[in-house]
Amino acid sequence: MRHHLILRVVTKLLVGTIMLFALYVQFHGDYSPGGGFQAGVIMAVGFILYGIVFGLDLVQKVLPPWFVHKLLAIGVLLYAGTGIYSLFTGYAFLDYSALSPHHPEHGQHWGILLVEAGVGITVTGVMVAIYYAFSARTPVIGDEEW
Amino acid sequence: MPRPGTSDHDPIADGDTKGRGTIETFIDLVLFTMLVVVALAIVRLRSLFAVVMLAGVFSLLSALLLVTLDAVDVAFTEAAVGAGISTVLLLGTLALTTRFERPSSHSPWLPLFVVVVTGAALVYGTLDMPNFGAADAPAQTHVWPDYVARVPHEIGVPNIVTAILASYRGYDTMGETAVVFTAGIGVLLLISGLGRRRREDEDDDREGEA
Repeated sequence: MRHHLILRVVTKLLVGTIMLFALYVQFHGDYSPGGGFQAGVIMAVGFILYGIVFGLDLVQKVLPPWFVHKLLAIGVLLYAGTGIYSLFTGYAFLDYSALSPHHPEHGQHWGILLVEAGVGITVTGVMVAIYYAFSARTPVIGDEEW
Repeated sequence: MPRPGTSDHDPIADGDTKGRGTIETFIDLVLFTMLVVVALAIVRLRSLFAVVMLAGVFSLLSALLLVTLDAVDVAFTEAAVGAGISTVLLLGTLALTTRFERPSSHSPWLPLFVVVVTGAALVYGTLDMPNFGAADAPAQTHVWPDYVARVPHEIGVPNIVTAILASYRGYDTMGETAVVFTAGIGVLLLISGLGRRRREDEDDDREGEA
């Protein structure tokens, strides 16, 4: 793997930018195209690109598999938890006005932010987990075979 | 400044009521031609590596077509999932199997017949559809005006697509998230080897007790 010099340098430059872009898509989804689903996929792409070029071991040091498996559930729980919270404060399930009863519009903003974050976390987790599951079974391909 | 997430091209205000400009028709024609060429190349090629790469190109071209239809949110998803993740997963699968497709032994006429009949039925179905961008299409007259009127003062986010997906249709999006979660769990159970490792541990324990 040592001689893919250009690939390694370009990947190091790109990974940070990709993750920054994912965060932009995530938190700017109210104003521009995108949202949790797209942002989650882009964030996962950052990790997967790093894994492809530098190897599974290095990327799993950054994002260990046990943490990815937790992420899957955390996202869904965050989404459903927002709904449960609104139930307990006397509103309908997933009625985000509950988050800010005096300014329902602010509540909607908070609600959208929270559930989109939930979607993003789950999608990132699922995509990275599927990539880990596939590439852990893959025999390492020799450089000369490419 | 054009409002993000919405179209800044208003056919009625531009006096362009018949349809879209010639440039857009030209772009559509070029993109569709490239789609067909890529699809034919995918059918004819035997090297699966090239096929996976071309499938990514096919997704990217579809995303461009969706951009010309002003469906930027969908185009975004298509580019990220279709061209990005699917290509990586297919490459991962490819590494587990062979790199070249075996020549098929059956004749291609029955599949071709099925594809042609299905395609003809789909084209026949589009004849009843309203013209592209028609102001009296159900998509423009059913619930859409209601959402456009309600979102600015009820939700207050400029991207109406996000407001509908996350707030008005919050139940649906939660279901989708649960589906993605289930898919991830399914893949983990099937091929990650987590279950197998635990069973081996149990076997070790039992041997230890014996």
